[in-house]
Amino acid sequence: MNDNLVKIKDPVLSIRDLCVSYDKGKNAVDNVSADIKRNAVTAIMGPSGCGKSTMLRAINRMHELYENIETTGNLILNGKDIADMPTIQLRRKVGMVFQRPNPFPTMSIYDNVIAGFKLNGIRLKKNERNEIVERSLTDVTLWDEVKDTLHKKGSFLSGGQQQRLCIARALAFSPEVILLDEPTSALDPVATSKVEDLMVKLKENYSILMVTHNMSQAARISDYSMFMYLGELVEYGKTKDMFTNPKDRRTEEYLTGKFG
Amino acid sequence: MSTSAKIMVDNLGRRTVKDKLFKGLVALLSVVTISPIVLIIYELVAKGIKQISFDFIIKTPPDTFEAMTALSNGELIPGGIANGITGTLLMVVLASVIAIPVGVITGIYLYENPGKFLANLTRNVSDILQGVPSIVLGLIAYMWIVKPITSGFSALAGSVSLSIMMLPMIVRSTEETLKMIPQTIKEAALALGVPYYKVILRVLIPTSFSGLLTGILLGISRVLGETAPLMLTALGSTIINLDITKPTSAVPLLIWEFYNDPNMVDLIWSSSLFLMAMVLTLNLVSKRIVARTK
Repeated sequence: MNDNLVKIKDPVLSIRDLCVSYDKGKNAVDNVSADIKRNAVTAIMGPSGCGKSTMLRAINRMHELYENIETTGNLILNGKDIADMPTIQLRRKVGMVFQRPNPFPTMSIYDNVIAGFKLNGIRLKKNERNEIVERSLTDVTLWDEVKDTLHKKGSFLSGGQQQRLCIARALAFSPEVILLDEPTSALDPVATSKVEDLMVKLKENYSILMVTHNMSQAARISDYSMFMYLGELVEYGKTKDMFTNPKDRRTEEYLTGKFG
Repeated sequence: MSTSAKIMVDNLGRRTVKDKLFKGLVALLSVVTISPIVLIIYELVAKGIKQISFDFIIKTPPDTFEAMTALSNGELIPGGIANGITGTLLMVVLASVIAIPVGVITGIYLYENPGKFLANLTRNVSDILQGVPSIVLGLIAYMWIVKPITSGFSALAGSVSLSIMMLPMIVRSTEETLKMIPQTIKEAALALGVPYYKVILRVLIPTSFSGLLTGILLGISRVLGETAPLMLTALGSTIINLDITKPTSAVPLLIWEFYNDPNMVDLIWSSSLFLMAMVLTLNLVSKRIVARTK
């Protein structure tokens, strides 16, 4: 698979020979190696069941919630193997945003943003808290919309606003990588385009890895793209190159809508 | 006009009548369902309200002689059910203190380990426990607490039998409420690096709080009127008792005692009215909580 290894200098994350299996002998992610570029958006595409979500979840070890999971290979985050970190510490360095917006329903908008600190018992001074909330909400362009209702429940927001709130919650820890698992699949087109604009803006400060079903979305906003099929990383490269000149026949067929 | 359209028009009158009849029947049956509770409340208020006063809440029951004198003079029976009210509160609070933590933790365990052998066993046993006749629970508490621990009838023994009755309701309602929380909320917390026990304590429990509270309140209102197990454990007392190792009265026990004394008949109705009011209030409060948080 090493011919797939795109040359990327100083990657934020290196995936090496990663295999994840739910049942013994059947790999959901099959021997994937790739370097993820810092301060860029990398899209992971592929048909349903190709292992893209499993791979994403392996990066913050959320996949360990499933039973009988087996993982081999290495994931190196900024030079450190994530297998050696406690999950609690790892997940603060790797933020995650899910398919459906999932703000904590009992918490206000304000508390949702600093939920990571509150729930972990990290004490902050009031001005530090205010600063984190304002910075995170400004980063996701939600500040102007909610600055007067910060202490209302997050569940009063629209779906798109809720999803941006969830991104702000992930940003509050200033994570090294942000994982997004089909972040716009539950949103309407207007909210989707706002989230997309946001990702392009966020890559100035963050490294983003996003699973998407939506090829045009990957083409619009990602710098690098991966195409996965049946657990295998079929093709990985600059998005522009992959969409204009795919090297693998399967990638070409997927991108032209022949299967998937 | 086509044939089928004609048939429909011809049919229309009869179908409308049928529809109206059916609607009427549904409404009638609903009235039949609510009429017992309306009649019960009417009966209790009609017969019991005259004895309800401030004294009724703060005084202990009269002895037979006092009651007889009052009756023959055509006066209201003096005294009240203060010993029963304090006893019921004491035992229900103690039973809740025992049953709520055990029940909630068991419910969390069932929710977290749905397929495990121990969880399935616990769930089934808890369902069976719900069906155990309350007098049997009283008997068990008698064997466990009354004889070996408090060497005599006691509020503690009464509380233990009540807590066993509450337990399955709390376990089930905890499990069911937690199941209604979307899995994504749990994932959101875990993805923030929140340790597992804090996810449960700070996210899952607050999110399902109204459901938990409803289960607990319904459990309490269920045991509030229990009489049989208390006869074998708390026994009853003519004075206000707050010592959990001593025999203690309760409102339902007093109703039974009043029933056995022909001079106290009027107190049966007022005590029942009081008990019914407590249970109804708890039920209404829990309904309000559910409605408010939905």
